[in-house]
Amino acid sequence: MLASGVQLDVGSRTRAILRAEHIKIEGLSPLSFQVGGGECLALEAPSGAGKTRLLRALADLDPSTGRVFVDGAERSEMPATAWRAMVRYVSAEPAWWTGTARDALPAKKDQQTRAVRIVSALGLTPADLDKDLATLSTGQRHRLALARSLVDDPRVLLLDEPTTGLDPASAALVEELIRYRLLSGSIVILASHDAALRQRLARARLQIGKRPPPQQSAFRAQP
Amino acid sequence: MSYVQLSTFDLVLASLLLLINGAISFGYRLNLEKGIAIAAVRMVLQLALIALLLKVVFATDAFWPTLLFALLMLAATVYEVASHQSRRIAGWMGYALAGGPPFVAGLVTTLFAVVAIIGADPWYAPRFFLPILGMIVGNALAGAGLVLDTLADGASRDRQAIEARLALGQSRFVALQDVMRRAVRAGMLPILSTMSTAGIVAIPGMMTGQILAGADPAEAAKYQVMILFLIAGATGLAVLAAAFGSVMLLTDERHRLRLDRLEASKG
Repeated sequence: MLASGVQLDVGSRTRAILRAEHIKIEGLSPLSFQVGGGECLALEAPSGAGKTRLLRALADLDPSTGRVFVDGAERSEMPATAWRAMVRYVSAEPAWWTGTARDALPAKKDQQTRAVRIVSALGLTPADLDKDLATLSTGQRHRLALARSLVDDPRVLLLDEPTTGLDPASAALVEELIRYRLLSGSIVILASHDAALRQRLARARLQIGKRPPPQQSAFRAQP
Repeated sequence: MSYVQLSTFDLVLASLLLLINGAISFGYRLNLEKGIAIAAVRMVLQLALIALLLKVVFATDAFWPTLLFALLMLAATVYEVASHQSRRIAGWMGYALAGGPPFVAGLVTTLFAVVAIIGADPWYAPRFFLPILGMIVGNALAGAGLVLDTLADGASRDRQAIEARLALGQSRFVALQDVMRRAVRAGMLPILSTMSTAGIVAIPGMMTGQILAGADPAEAAKYQVMILFLIAGATGLAVLAAAFGSVMLLTDERHRLRLDRLEASKG
């Protein structure tokens, strides 16, 4: 146990492992934790405490000190593009740069097929892929963005509020999809305000943003 | 045809027209009187200074004074462009990005012009080198400035879409390609419209000058055509380099969007 940080081990027997060492987010003490394949780690923190910043740091989208390993490979050892192909951050505010969802998908045949399958699992139709995104609802765009993030089968999913803004039926489908990903060995780190969702999906929790209680020390600091 | 010299009295006569501007500003309470006066005085002083310096440089006809003058010109224009940008990259890199590509592109095309086209002797003869460099760099700077503005604004506005693409594992040049394309277009459009309207809306400034100085209009037109080709070439190079440079500076080697490198908006 590191005095300065939080140490946590989850499912270390499984194959894939994500290990974070001394990740420093401003305003938080350095974080160290480990998540194994098929496991979900839930982040628990008040709003603005740094859940999103932690997920972004893990995906190397913001500069951060500390080290992150997936199966022994450290993020700085590989090109950032290769890292993010493996460690996928799914934003709470999905954004698009194309007219339709299909235009934003990779052209590869197998990924197109996967996209259709995932979209169907999320309660959308394959035709929705070709609709003008501006005409779709926020919830539909949100689910399409999740599908887009999954088509190339990343090993680590960093989910930022994956069910926020969705109706209960859609949220249940998203939850089911996450569960399926876990069964197939993915590593999931989940930031969600939905305590029940965290409870159902995650076996481990990481509480951040709360200062540890002051240490009871036998020695009083000399002035 | 002969060249008509202007006397100081002629200039004072011309300046009377500014009184109309002043009257309009006063009548409509535009509060521009002071601005008009300052701009007019600045213009006269700057042009007088430039004329004086050019006279000295032309008299020496030597390499170092020519180079020094070119650098002074560059510094002034870069400062002017950089200070008008709404959001610029902080620190000296912002200036380097605004001035570097136009200057290098302008220098290359000017050398091409004086050596290969005009055949000036010596090649650095300031009478050819400096005016041509000035015109080319000035135009390339305007194009590059548009690129920097469009890229900084576009990257800020499309931040979420760009980061979504980066999060999917796309490289910084792929993630920013739409913004980059927009910026390059914006930088190239002015010279395209200048070329396509040249002579229709107005006789271009340099051609006008040559005609007033007594040159044959056909010869003046040839020079204008050459200079527009040179400007177009230099602007293309500068715009492309500025776009690549902007993307490099607005992102880092880990393919992250680094909007923190932009200075706060001056509004």
